[in-house]
Amino acid sequence: MAVMIETKNLEYTYPAAEEGGTGTPALRGVNLSVEKGSFVAVLGHNGSGKSTLAKTFNAVLLPTGGQVLVEGMDTRDEEKLLAIRQRVGMVFQNPDNQIVANVVEEDVAFAPENLGVPPEEIRRRVDGALADVGMSEFVRHAPHLLSGGQKQRIAIAGVIAMEPACIVLDEATAMLDPAGRQEVLATVHRLNREKGITVVLITHHMDEAEDADRIVVMDDGKVAMDGAPGEVFTRVEELRSMGLTVPDTVALLYALRQEGVDVPLDAMSVEACAAAVAAAVRAE
Amino acid sequence: MKDILQIENLTHTYGIGTPFQRDAVKDISFTVREGEFLGIIGHTGSGKSTLIQHLNGLLKPTAGRVLLGGRDIWEEPKKIRQVRFRVGLVFQYPEYQLFEETVYKDIAFGPINMGRTGEELDRCVREAAKLVGLKSATLDKSPFELSGGQKRRVALAGVLAMEPEVLILDEPTAGLDPAGRENFLANIRDFHRNRGGTVILVSHSMDEIAQNVDRILVLKSARILMDGPPREVFARADELLSAGLNVPQITRVAMALRERRVPIDPAVYTVEELQRELLALRKGGAAC
Amino acid sequence: MLKDITLGQYFPGDTPAHRLDPRTKILLVILYIAALFSAKGPATYGAMILTLFVCVRISRVKARALFRGLRPVVVIILFTGILNLFFTPGAYLFQWGPLHISDAGIRLAVSMVLRIMLLIMGTFLLTYTTSPIRLTDGLERLLNPLKKLRVPVHELAMMMSIALRFIPTLIEETDKIMSAQKARGADFESGNLFRRAKAMLPILVPLFISAFRRADELAVAMECRCYHGGEGRTKLHVLRFAARDYWTLAFGCAITAAVMTLAHFGY
Repeated sequence: MAVMIETKNLEYTYPAAEEGGTGTPALRGVNLSVEKGSFVAVLGHNGSGKSTLAKTFNAVLLPTGGQVLVEGMDTRDEEKLLAIRQRVGMVFQNPDNQIVANVVEEDVAFAPENLGVPPEEIRRRVDGALADVGMSEFVRHAPHLLSGGQKQRIAIAGVIAMEPACIVLDEATAMLDPAGRQEVLATVHRLNREKGITVVLITHHMDEAEDADRIVVMDDGKVAMDGAPGEVFTRVEELRSMGLTVPDTVALLYALRQEGVDVPLDAMSVEACAAAVAAAVRAE
Repeated sequence: MKDILQIENLTHTYGIGTPFQRDAVKDISFTVREGEFLGIIGHTGSGKSTLIQHLNGLLKPTAGRVLLGGRDIWEEPKKIRQVRFRVGLVFQYPEYQLFEETVYKDIAFGPINMGRTGEELDRCVREAAKLVGLKSATLDKSPFELSGGQKRRVALAGVLAMEPEVLILDEPTAGLDPAGRENFLANIRDFHRNRGGTVILVSHSMDEIAQNVDRILVLKSARILMDGPPREVFARADELLSAGLNVPQITRVAMALRERRVPIDPAVYTVEELQRELLALRKGGAAC
Repeated sequence: MLKDITLGQYFPGDTPAHRLDPRTKILLVILYIAALFSAKGPATYGAMILTLFVCVRISRVKARALFRGLRPVVVIILFTGILNLFFTPGAYLFQWGPLHISDAGIRLAVSMVLRIMLLIMGTFLLTYTTSPIRLTDGLERLLNPLKKLRVPVHELAMMMSIALRFIPTLIEETDKIMSAQKARGADFESGNLFRRAKAMLPILVPLFISAFRRADELAVAMECRCYHGGEGRTKLHVLRFAARDYWTLAFGCAITAAVMTLAHFGY
């Protein structure tokens, strides 16, 4: 399968606050490969390096050691900077601090305008992007009057208007209420499924990772776990020791297993969990 | 236990006389008992923020009254600031309100406004810092050198330093990771247990509320939908779902089990409880 | 609530005035001001009042809104009027002790007051019928030639539109910070001027810090969307002159020329 983003021994150390001091290492040798069209969730406690990792994917941060390749382009190559940023779009945590314009359509048009796209084509892309995120009726609204979830969807539309191959969401749901989080997740899952856009979701909400194809758990600047949700979530003790939680369903199944009840640990969804538990209880 | 707060027929209307007139809070009545740990939950726009800002006199009721210790807080409007010292309110993302040169000075802002000085002031500040787990070395640092989580604790300390009788927290764990969340909630639980303070926790997260409170107030569209202990509220999970709220995941598992005719008490809302019920069922011979 | 402040008082609508290209309107205002400042006597001032009246009708502004636009300058108007009325030398018509009113004084006071009022109302029409974004676009296009003189036109326009976009956001944030500090007993109402100024610190410091943080985050977000300055940028909405713009500008030039000529002859 084609590789969207690849990191080779990626290291990143934040510069020291004062002269002669030592910086803070945030990434200590990360080797990761993100396949095109996949949906990857990156989990980790605050300080694990997950946000830093996301920022190296489109050259917001450049590696202090190792390499990051986006579709084969090295992020340190200055000449490829715009191309890389057009291929890998990013949505940030604070909905307000990514909105540039007073009117929704102007904001969504920002990226294509920067890329020198002709006006008629910009129009087409703006309308298309807004339709993709389900915000077409807000085309001439003022963005600051929208809810958090709506603002983030506009931000996503602004990224889609560049026609990227990959979208990275850097804790993009952290400041949203549950309804807003659902809106954003539904939107990116749809984009992933229907348009084949690679999605990298950085989050500390475990439940958001349940529907991913693959979960990467970061701890202390390194990849601690990497696998399908079913594999990763069952390693309950390890996750807990890293300051993370598991979904209630997994916690229940784990607790029951400790008591000798024969239930699978990977029945993560509410339905699957209930089915497994009901079967186990009746089997006795 | 006596009532520390009484809210009587509280209504707040925004934009009176304009085409944007709307009731953010409509005819709300409830009481808060001293020492209680109350959770308030509701969808965005249900009136939570407006409601809590009435409890410390930041907003004035369009109709109805708020009584603190039996007295209308607006009896003497010029003295409304005194109410804010007795009912402490911590807003969402409180770390964005820090402004002083040192952590110590920032925490001292509240008590200084109350008129505290000298040793009294020092005691308030240091105790509050200890309550939230800040080391004394941190007190001399600039708040802007700290991490987000630490800043939030400074902000909490700033309100605790006023030694309020009631502590209201609006989405206190918003944006924190699981470890950070647990830590913060532990600090609040300590305040509740050790200081015997009354705590009101406003949250979107059903899970968070479920694990911490004695009683839940559910708001829907400017009114009270439910008012009762967690088991009562979560037993009405269907109503909660249709009010646009999530129920804790474990409650949904319990609901799904009941649909499969496994007899689970409808009021179950923690993993431990459900686990116990299931094990009991196993031992007692499974019902079918 | 602080939120109710609307800057420039733009009122969305679909009048002929709204449909004009913003550049036309900016140029018209410049012509209007030139004419206004050449006006001398009743004929020329009358012409200006008539012009304004016609523009007001075309924009369908309500008289109440128009006069509300004068509120911020009421003090200046009164001050100017009184100053010119009582302190202009000339043949005295009335006299009470140190105060005197001369014929020249009356004329000067009236013309000065009229000038200010017409000026404010004319520019009010501009902001009433043109959204801040269109205004910025218009200004940017008009000032484009200055790029040859190394004037950073694009950057200035970008700064203006971002500032406009953040005004409501910052107002909201100020509200929140004020509430949070009031919740800790901050008092913004009582005390002398010095005390009240000092009381603003708990609002200004967080606000400034937050503004810098926003600017930083916004800059990164803009770069992630391939922003690299004004070179090679296209626009979603391209301003294009229509027939009505040419006609309106022609009229404007004609009226200005007429007024300036008449004024030259003392009318």
